[in-house]
Amino acid sequence: MFDISPTEWTAIQLSLRVATVATLVATPLGIAVAWLLARRDFWGKAVLDALIYLPLVLPPVVTGYLLLLTFGRRGLVGAWLADHLGIVFAFRWTGAALACGVMSFPLLVRPIRLSIEAVDRRLEQAAETLGAAPFRVFLTVTLPLALPGVLAGMVLGFAKAIGEFGATITFVSNIPGETQTISSAIYSLIQTPDGDSAALRLVIVSIVIALAALIASEWFARRATRRLHGN
Amino acid sequence: MLRVDVVKQLGEFSLQASFTSEGRVTGLFGASGAGKTSLINMIAGLLRPDRGIIALDGEILDDTAARIHVPAHRRRIGYVFQDARLFPHLDVRQNLDYGRRMNRLADDPAQRKRVVDLLDIGGLMDRRPGRLSGGERQRVAFGRALLSKPRLLLLDEPLGSLDEGRKVEILPYLIRLRDEAMIPMVYVSHDVAELRQLATQIVMLRHGRIAAFGGVKVLPGTPA
Repeated sequence: MFDISPTEWTAIQLSLRVATVATLVATPLGIAVAWLLARRDFWGKAVLDALIYLPLVLPPVVTGYLLLLTFGRRGLVGAWLADHLGIVFAFRWTGAALACGVMSFPLLVRPIRLSIEAVDRRLEQAAETLGAAPFRVFLTVTLPLALPGVLAGMVLGFAKAIGEFGATITFVSNIPGETQTISSAIYSLIQTPDGDSAALRLVIVSIVIALAALIASEWFARRATRRLHGN
Repeated sequence: MLRVDVVKQLGEFSLQASFTSEGRVTGLFGASGAGKTSLINMIAGLLRPDRGIIALDGEILDDTAARIHVPAHRRRIGYVFQDARLFPHLDVRQNLDYGRRMNRLADDPAQRKRVVDLLDIGGLMDRRPGRLSGGERQRVAFGRALLSKPRLLLLDEPLGSLDEGRKVEILPYLIRLRDEAMIPMVYVSHDVAELRQLATQIVMLRHGRIAAFGGVKVLPGTPA
């Protein structure tokens, strides 16, 4: 029962790689967006806010299809990237990472935004009077104090990325070894006769990963409160 | 020399103040809500005046007519807040060193030792602000502001959050600071006794306007 086959291993490893790359690439962008939403008022802020949350409420298949239209080989952005930079997303694992990044972005941004909002602006003012330029205030005061929130966001985003299915399979299909993640492997296995025990193994693996992520995220959140209260 | 001539509307409240001060310690006196904090926030560069000029030692920091506004981090004006505002994620040593690092000043162990001795905070260096008493926190805040080598030091009711016992504990340090640090200060307070001990010149604010200006004898309750 617990003999994980090479195909299953490939799916697990691919999922981990896709989710790791998606999270690492999305995090700096997520921090920038979270800071904008938490600390700045600008024209179109409500639109940006809605746009980020859109993947959370749209049917994943719609997001996947929109990605295909945009980043597919004939898509507006996809064609340009392929011709000029040689970056191809369609039916590649990089495309899976893109889909996972987009789908997990709202979950990544939210805790970061909340933790930046919780940083006392009066501390940022104190830093300014001590000679710190705005970006250094961010690096030396805001970001360190928001760090537990950033880690919590990364963990949540990672967990979401590991489990993403609808947008990924729509955008990059279900190619073993290239785009077949744990979720799409389970999907294939339960449609195959005798695939049940293999599917069950992968189900257990994904439950373990998700639980570990939630516990880690909770732990970071608790640390955040302690840190802000200055111990 | 500090020159302030500003107008600022804050909701219903209007602040209009004009004074020039050459004193070592300018006491900014007034009841709460008189506009004291808004005024020194403007001097610090944290708040922009609607109209007017702020200049320090001949350098223009704000001139709305000429569209000049030097941002707070380039003013080299130290600020000690009523609530200390130490960085909770840094220990005392790192808090004290913050201004030096941000201003890219060379390390000056002699100066640091002077300030640490003056304020008696040598024993607190490895502690986080969360483990300091109110009085200790405020002393570290003085040190942090001093070590950024400011041209002017703003103190916003630095004893305001402390009980009587703590005030008595801190006041001698402030008097030493005034006499030894050689940095001009603007000291905000609504406490006549405090200002009488510390200030060399008084600006009295009432409802956003300057009600009196002069030596400490303009403070209420001074025998004629």
